[in-house]
Amino acid sequence: MSSHNESILREPLVTGKDITYAKVTDDILLPVENKPNKAWWIGFILAALGALLWVFSVGYTFWTGIGAWGLNKTVGWAWDITDFVWWVGIGHAGTLISAVLLLFRQNWRNSINRSAEAMTIFAVICAATYVVAHMGRPWLAYWIFPLPNQFGSLWVNFNSPLVWDAFAISTYFTVSLVFWYCGLLPDIASVRDRAAGLKRRIYSIMSFGWNGSVKTWQRFEIVSLILAGISTPLVLSVHTIVSMDFATSVIPGWHTTIFPPYFVAGAIFSGFAMVQTLLLVMRKVLNFENYITMFHIESMNKIIMVTGSIVGIAYLTELFIAWYSGSEYEMYAFANRIAGPYWWAYWTMMTCNVISPQLFWFKKIRTSIPISWVLSIVVNIGMWFERFVIIVTSLHRDYLPSSWAMFYPTWTDVGIFVGSIGLFFTLFLLFLRFLPGIAIAEVKLLLKSASLQQKTKLIKEGHLDKEQVEFFRNSLTKYDSVTADEIKELEIK
Amino acid sequence: MSNFKYIIGSFADPDELMDGIDKLQANNVSIYDCFTPMPIHGIEAKLGVKPSRLPIAAFCFGLLGGTLGFSLLYYTMFYDWPMNIGGKPALPLPDFVPVTFECTILITALGMVATFFYRNHLFPGRAPRVMDLRATDDRFILAVDANDNTDHAKIETLLKEAGAVEVKYNERKYVSYE
Repeated sequence: MSSHNESILREPLVTGKDITYAKVTDDILLPVENKPNKAWWIGFILAALGALLWVFSVGYTFWTGIGAWGLNKTVGWAWDITDFVWWVGIGHAGTLISAVLLLFRQNWRNSINRSAEAMTIFAVICAATYVVAHMGRPWLAYWIFPLPNQFGSLWVNFNSPLVWDAFAISTYFTVSLVFWYCGLLPDIASVRDRAAGLKRRIYSIMSFGWNGSVKTWQRFEIVSLILAGISTPLVLSVHTIVSMDFATSVIPGWHTTIFPPYFVAGAIFSGFAMVQTLLLVMRKVLNFENYITMFHIESMNKIIMVTGSIVGIAYLTELFIAWYSGSEYEMYAFANRIAGPYWWAYWTMMTCNVISPQLFWFKKIRTSIPISWVLSIVVNIGMWFERFVIIVTSLHRDYLPSSWAMFYPTWTDVGIFVGSIGLFFTLFLLFLRFLPGIAIAEVKLLLKSASLQQKTKLIKEGHLDKEQVEFFRNSLTKYDSVTADEIKELEIK
Repeated sequence: MSNFKYIIGSFADPDELMDGIDKLQANNVSIYDCFTPMPIHGIEAKLGVKPSRLPIAAFCFGLLGGTLGFSLLYYTMFYDWPMNIGGKPALPLPDFVPVTFECTILITALGMVATFFYRNHLFPGRAPRVMDLRATDDRFILAVDANDNTDHAKIETLLKEAGAVEVKYNERKYVSYE
């Protein structure tokens, strides 16, 4: 630790003056240890109303059957699967941040992984409910699993990607939950040791008796590393399998080999956008500006830009291959997307997903909080339309023109979708209220290496190259948590 | 003979804690354990804690998961009731990859974490065995068994020299017990 210092050229991951270990705990536990503020209550009430709408719409669907939705004989999948894929995609960022960035030793993940993982779990919960609801007879949902049964033990068809999907989503949910909860143990212990009375008892049960001894930490780190190692291929497999739900069919527009990587890139793209949407608000409302800094925001924007470009290339490749295949049906499917009755959905998707992330090439835009926030929402609108375009425009032109149809959502479709957003935010706000929104222990690890305070100390000690210090000072100008005076102080005369 | 059981050196900085370990070890004082709010890299080597064998456990669980997953597919699709699906083979190995893979990952994760919890006695409701309540906040705790190491005054001086903010004498092993 003290034996080697992090390069001054690297931007700080924790800003602020007099940040001690105690202050990190105090700052991060502030929302957990105190009564929630007005902003939390307003958000919670709105989200809870949404969740109520969700309960009502899903209940109505279960009561009347999926005839409550706008589906017809031609368009047999529409908003249900669109929303399912949208939520699963969003659920990819958490594991990506906690696993892939851990393997690549990207320390900036330390302060965003906790909330991103929580978001993953809540998004997968939202997604899973669509899977159950769209079955029509949700009480028979267990038929998807290979259980011994009374039909002569007729097993499920393991050649079907829909069965793979059941395995992938349930494995993904379980592993993400385990990963998230293991990481929470030391932080729950922090809450426990500062609390009193009933609160202490509850957090004590939740902490599993964590004490932070040498052996515990050693095993904890091994477990985190291996979970990261196995979650990385897992996260890639999940959206690959989701894409195979489409790609293994013979519907023009679905039957393409590009789907797995294209879906995975899209998932990361929308997941990071959702993390951005949530964190930009969270850091402001909960005063986490010193922990989730401009560096984090900019890094996430860069990932959004890269994955957005991959998605853009995938769209263009799809178009090229449709033409190059010479297949009449394939060519028609894409011509119909571009200029058919759903042209507006296609062009919304193109604008939101291909053009808008390109704005992040400009540093001004990348480091602007309001623009980043708006663009993150634009990206998620675009990603919703992507799934809508893939699903509905491919289905609505059947092989027989007499079967051609349009899809019109009913209030139940809309209610379930809007409601699921409410459910998601309800869960997320409850999480912020009762559990630490930032991994306390992991941020403490950064204090003696990657904090502004440590780097300031290094500069004050002298011995540093003047040019490098200048570079460091310039990189600080984008931080909204560092004042101009603080930057000026760092100047070497 | 006093009635306290453990001498607790409370440090505010991880490097000073490491320094304290060096100082005590140089004076042949055995260290019971350290409790820290975050992982400290390199501390295991200093204290002679062996590397964890959890990776081996994880690998074994992975093998188990892969075998179980494949066996399930083999049994259901080929042995118990082979079905003619569009004239395709009853044992389509490429189609078995996704489910076998997911089972491998699931069993590896659950098995390894269960082993971790079992070995560290972590389970819901376990009474936390904490020697200093600030060890999960901002203090780096070094505990020395007072019965094994009798020169208490010297231990206190050594800890203070290394930079301990506070030296406590705990009458009970765990302060968190009510």
